[in-house]
Amino acid sequence: MRHLLSTRDLSRDSAVELLDVAEDMADVQLREVKRLPTLRGKTVVNLFFEDSTRTRISFEAAAKRLSADVITFSAKGSSVSKGESLKDTAQTLAAIGADAVVIRHHASGAPQVLAQSGWIDAGIINAGDGTHEHPTQALLDAFTIRRRLHGAASRGRALDGVRVTIVGDVLHSRVARSNVWLLDTLGAEVSLVAPPTLLPVDTDGWPASVGYDLDDAVDAAPDAIMMLRIQQERMDGGFFPNSREYSRAWGLDPERFARLRPDTIVMHPGPMNRGLEISAAAADSMQSSVLEQVANGVSVRMAALYLLLSGERPSSSEREVA
Amino acid sequence: MVSQPFLIRGVSLPDGSRADLVLDDGVIAEIGSGLSAAGAAVVDADGLIALPGLVDLHTHLREPGYEQSETVLTGTRAAAAGGFTAVFAMANTSPVADTAGVVEQELALGEAAGYATVQPIGAVTIGLKGERLAELGAMARSRAQVRVFSDDGFCVFDPLLMRRALEYVKAFDGVIAQHAQEPRLTVGAQMNEGALSGELGLTGWPAVAEEAIIARDVLLAEHVGSRLHICHVSTAGSVEVIRWAKARGIAVTAEVTPHHLLLTEDLAASYDARFKVNPPLRSREDVEAVRAALADGTIDIVATDHAPHPIEAKEVEWDAAANGMVGLESALSVVHASVVEDGLLDWSDVARVLSSAPARIGRLRGQGQELAVGSPAELTLYDPAASREFGTGDLAGRSVNSPYLGRTLPGRVMATFHNGYATVLDGRVEEVGA
Amino acid sequence: MARIVLTDADMQRALTRISHEILESNRGASDLLILGIPTRGTVLARRIAAIIQRIEPDAPAALAGSLDVTMYRDDLGRTRTRTPSPTDIPTSIDGRTVVLVDDVLFSGRTIRAAFDALSDLGRARAVRLAVLVDRGHRDFPIRADFVGKNLPSATSERINVHLREVDDDDFVSIEGGEA
Repeated sequence: MRHLLSTRDLSRDSAVELLDVAEDMADVQLREVKRLPTLRGKTVVNLFFEDSTRTRISFEAAAKRLSADVITFSAKGSSVSKGESLKDTAQTLAAIGADAVVIRHHASGAPQVLAQSGWIDAGIINAGDGTHEHPTQALLDAFTIRRRLHGAASRGRALDGVRVTIVGDVLHSRVARSNVWLLDTLGAEVSLVAPPTLLPVDTDGWPASVGYDLDDAVDAAPDAIMMLRIQQERMDGGFFPNSREYSRAWGLDPERFARLRPDTIVMHPGPMNRGLEISAAAADSMQSSVLEQVANGVSVRMAALYLLLSGERPSSSEREVA
Repeated sequence: MVSQPFLIRGVSLPDGSRADLVLDDGVIAEIGSGLSAAGAAVVDADGLIALPGLVDLHTHLREPGYEQSETVLTGTRAAAAGGFTAVFAMANTSPVADTAGVVEQELALGEAAGYATVQPIGAVTIGLKGERLAELGAMARSRAQVRVFSDDGFCVFDPLLMRRALEYVKAFDGVIAQHAQEPRLTVGAQMNEGALSGELGLTGWPAVAEEAIIARDVLLAEHVGSRLHICHVSTAGSVEVIRWAKARGIAVTAEVTPHHLLLTEDLAASYDARFKVNPPLRSREDVEAVRAALADGTIDIVATDHAPHPIEAKEVEWDAAANGMVGLESALSVVHASVVEDGLLDWSDVARVLSSAPARIGRLRGQGQELAVGSPAELTLYDPAASREFGTGDLAGRSVNSPYLGRTLPGRVMATFHNGYATVLDGRVEEVGA
Repeated sequence: MARIVLTDADMQRALTRISHEILESNRGASDLLILGIPTRGTVLARRIAAIIQRIEPDAPAALAGSLDVTMYRDDLGRTRTRTPSPTDIPTSIDGRTVVLVDDVLFSGRTIRAAFDALSDLGRARAVRLAVLVDRGHRDFPIRADFVGKNLPSATSERINVHLREVDDDDFVSIEGGEA
């Protein structure tokens, strides 16, 4: 794997392979010695142009458990202009000798620009770009669903026929996009449920069904239901009248939660707005996988870093976007 | 500058006929066959097409204020390289061209450079802020004789202000060139709104934001009986609205850029900001619609919207990148590739949409005239059989933000004559130095 | 052309002998753990464990396991990406005698990685090494305690180990090399 920019670039086999490697990494997390020497001598840079303590810590833990040297660079609030800082920072990291760059950026496509630019030769992992993609989040979600459904027999399996409903701000959600492409690749059936204002204007080409009614979606008894976070700026942006109305129509309240199948997995990428898109009753239930998702995040990111940094590196002349 | 006579041998005229041309004393002195002229420089034009000097109604020359991107000198060199003999310079300079002083300075810079006629466009509103009318009359009566007014880059959004501007310029046969973009519908817009913008996570620029303003403005123009020009029409819906307006007899004219004739939105999937432009590249259907509209006359002209930017404004993430592409050097080849090769336009149509019609809309004298004895010696010679991989070596301005780099384009401008002298010969820009 | 150097019967005899040798050197099967290195080492470890359990009915049921060493290799950046296999340790290694099992012993690089992997799992009392084929050309000071067949080979030759659990049949062949 040269870069991990989008879940669209993953074939079914390579996605399953990554999830299988993550299983091995998860096994290591149960041992007394949680560290592997695999990436000794490699330098992983966490380049965060946008705050995200959770994702940053998860990648840091993943890199450290593989014995990589980890440098965290928080570029937010830097005085240079937005554009200059990406190029200048990339060239600085290249000079330092980064082998992998984990980038979180407010602009959609910034990781791809970095990967194509020639400013730096390192492998790039997209840790969330604007409203575009967040591939490792989707991979950890798929990993979590697979483990819940198949337990110790997860290895080698995809998610054929698994019905996943994603609810909320699909329009601005990189988590939703990465999940739609990945879940489809793995054979799952995806439905999106959102107020019409929070759906992209044209989703005909998306491998997902689209609806506006959460009650219908709940009654369809999905295998997993993923509640997306509502950002404060959407509430102020006139996408819906107010949080009360949103919560009433698109929140997983106790009543809707009670109507779900007892084994429906309740997911949330975090951080949650309890009482808005998800009730405490749902978030803290046995069906909730929120904390598993966090733990699995480390395993999946270890797998991604391993696959990115092992194997022969193509020279820059034969470089291609993976 | 002393004007040397030129004898152009065996050139094809736009109507397809073959002739020799003699240029002398700033005019076309003779047209015929087997001509000779003592002391004239001979240009072997076998296989070349002669077109009246191209006129661009929509150029950003960036001077004063943004000389790191372009100057009047470098921009008019780019114009000459592309076969242009006149450019209309947009008003979004710094200071904004909203007073007689600035437009006269622009005019003087053009005269000093000597590569093309620079006809300033005046701002509609002070500082392009869309609040109060600029001194339109003073600019019209200045030495620059401004007839085209535009806040290009911004839409004249306030309907009352737009109405007043349309009415006011009637006094001097002016025209308002509208940048049709509903601002509220395009907050933070990054690319054409559609399936692809949703997938790429880039904020959409919906077609309706252009079409709604055009619909409003043609109705306003009809109501007050004024001339209206629509900049860079980019959508099939806009074409429909303009077609309807023209059928009603409304005095509206419209332009399309070369890039909207050739390129589509899918280029944005690379997140390569060379393809970021405003209005954005649209869908294949939109491209087909603007091509058909140019062929049937609904769209009157091609204008480049030449928008130079320094490398640092483009070598960045998409959101942070500047809008715009350079287009003067490539315009004729792109028109050739998009509408001539498939037979939608012939070379006399090209002479119309890239020369006579823009000169007429902009009320620019001495440009866009037929190639006839006595006409000003403003013409360009184009080799339609050439083909080249377009590269930075084909660019003559200060900036290299061309979307065509690395792409094979047909044709090549071999010579350009402005005011009787050569600004381009043998495909190379000449040093003219006024 | 490939030449058979161990038939299925040869292989069976070699594994039986190795099993006896293990029991003899360990003085029985108590505190014994047979860990194979994936993929074929794991298969061989299971076979050896089954033979031991037949010979010594008191041998522990959880005798065989699998130790993946991919993450401990020192050549990850030099070859194509290796997909790791699961590690399955049936019981704690602390205080036990661990017999590592692999199909072919060559440079010793895999076994070196296995030592690191093992030490992250606990403290074995002793570590032994059993291999089906020792082909020589060691790059590390490592030697096998139990060898099915010593097979001097040229580095350009290729040793193929077929095991019916993964390859449908049992044999070892050698090919290539002679120009």
